[in-house]
Amino acid sequence: MFYMLLRHRDIENLNQIDTFLKEDGFEGFKKALKMDTTDVTNEVKEAGLRGRGGAGFPAGVKWSFMDNNNWPHYVVANADESEPGTFKDREIMESNPFQFLEGLAIASYAVGANAAYIYLRGEFWEVAHFLDEKIEEMEKAGFLGDNIQGTDYSLNIYTHLGAGAYICGEETALLESMEGKRGQPRVRPPFPPSQGLYDKPTVVNNVETLTSVPYIINKGADGYRKFGTEKSPGTKIFSLSGNVNKPGNYELPLGSTFRELIFEHGGGIPDGKSIKAIMPAGASSSMVVANDEALDTQLTYEDVPNVGGDLGSASVIVVDDSISLDWLINKTMDFFHHESCGKCTPCREGSYWMKKLTERIHSGEGTEEDVALLKDVATQVRGKTLCALGEFSTMAVVTSIERFPEDFAK
Amino acid sequence: MSLAEKYPQEIEKILAKYPPEHKRSAVMALLYMAMREEGYITKADKADIANMLDMTTTEISAIIGFYTLYHDEKAGQYRLQVCTDIGCALRGADQYLAELSEKLNVKPGETTADGLVTLEEVKCLAACDKAPMFQVQSGKGIKYHEEMTVDATLELIEELRKDAKEAK
Repeated sequence: MFYMLLRHRDIENLNQIDTFLKEDGFEGFKKALKMDTTDVTNEVKEAGLRGRGGAGFPAGVKWSFMDNNNWPHYVVANADESEPGTFKDREIMESNPFQFLEGLAIASYAVGANAAYIYLRGEFWEVAHFLDEKIEEMEKAGFLGDNIQGTDYSLNIYTHLGAGAYICGEETALLESMEGKRGQPRVRPPFPPSQGLYDKPTVVNNVETLTSVPYIINKGADGYRKFGTEKSPGTKIFSLSGNVNKPGNYELPLGSTFRELIFEHGGGIPDGKSIKAIMPAGASSSMVVANDEALDTQLTYEDVPNVGGDLGSASVIVVDDSISLDWLINKTMDFFHHESCGKCTPCREGSYWMKKLTERIHSGEGTEEDVALLKDVATQVRGKTLCALGEFSTMAVVTSIERFPEDFAK
Repeated sequence: MSLAEKYPQEIEKILAKYPPEHKRSAVMALLYMAMREEGYITKADKADIANMLDMTTTEISAIIGFYTLYHDEKAGQYRLQVCTDIGCALRGADQYLAELSEKLNVKPGETTADGLVTLEEVKCLAACDKAPMFQVQSGKGIKYHEEMTVDATLELIEELRKDAKEAK
């Protein structure tokens, strides 16, 4: 298996700076520092690297949107990792932290930011303290601070701990939180590259996205495109969980199939049970019917929608045939109701009623009308909220009722 | 003693992370600091932080209320926060929590009679492949415990109990 991101699985002690330096560490950053900033952005654009946090927006394009008439610029690494089923960024930060920091430094250089922040979910308390040490080591080695590698470029990286709020993974809520407010999404536009942190142009990128950048600068866009498909280049970390024999993170080229991920790498379904459904993008997923067509579908941004799902952050939750989906959507609704920030009425109230209804249906006291009402409420939340959380809360609900009606016919 | 008197250098270091005109960004780190000794934020801490950052105590309370890891009420010395979200639930977290709850003789949300452990049920902690799992939050910080069994958890609690006694 080839590792571009989880390189620590091949190289022992990669989270030690001496080891990292021996393994071509910071070569991408050194190369970038000799390049024109627009060339760095263009290389990432041509590589076709898409945002790994879930939205899949092309990273280089995002960088090129930065408003050059408004300074200073900021880069914020989104390490809020809160989507149920996602646990990839934590492994990167714990085991391959310097490659992530190098990617963050290259992104900062490309957009002319002299300060970058890493926003970590509060639960990653130990990870944040570990990163603080790594940042200090990087500074001592001459890759952060003033006049980096003899250039006139200066950069400082700071960690910032959140305190337990799923919504802060949404980039504008994250910025509000960083500004010392409640983490509630902003009205967009303006988007962060025009007005982000402290109303200044800001790039917000996921940890995995940034960790892909050093490879792109080292090997060029062509080298990166040797992996993956035309529209979904590169490798991706799939967080595999649920009813599967070997849950964990698997880094595979985009374009691998669900079958390869779940059966070849994940060892299949335990206890002689069969696979029933797949949630390809965590709790925010549609419930994909796990038939042969779905299992042979390529894991790319363009192919997963063909079987009624999205690649998202590629947090693949496997559901076996012993699970009734009325129970599962009660779990997702409990989550979204808890995490709704309360700013938009349809999400705040809708998640409350959807939770109540899924509870009643799961307890066996629901009627056919309750199932219809649940679907109706879900449909009404859609398209009426500032951020995607409202929309996400309805995905599993609506698709479970539509695609697995037998689970709601009790 | 106020936080500003207790930890002047550390506060200076936190404030230095942000532009001086945006010192309010330090509120999250200062709230963690306020929980360090007693595990919760007191009224005096709120006023103290508000004063340092030119905020109102109402704004401070609104932030404490919004985020789940801030507490302004006393609980057990350690908050044992078990994830029962989808990923963990599919791997037996609900049964694990029920059994643990029975063994400890406390329901989620309650504290053991000796005031040592508050058992809590929480949302996804990004460790879905290592369920059952929980984190322990105390004034000192947060620590993950993964691939747990009820017996291993009870052993850990015994260790925490010993630590707490020795500290006294």
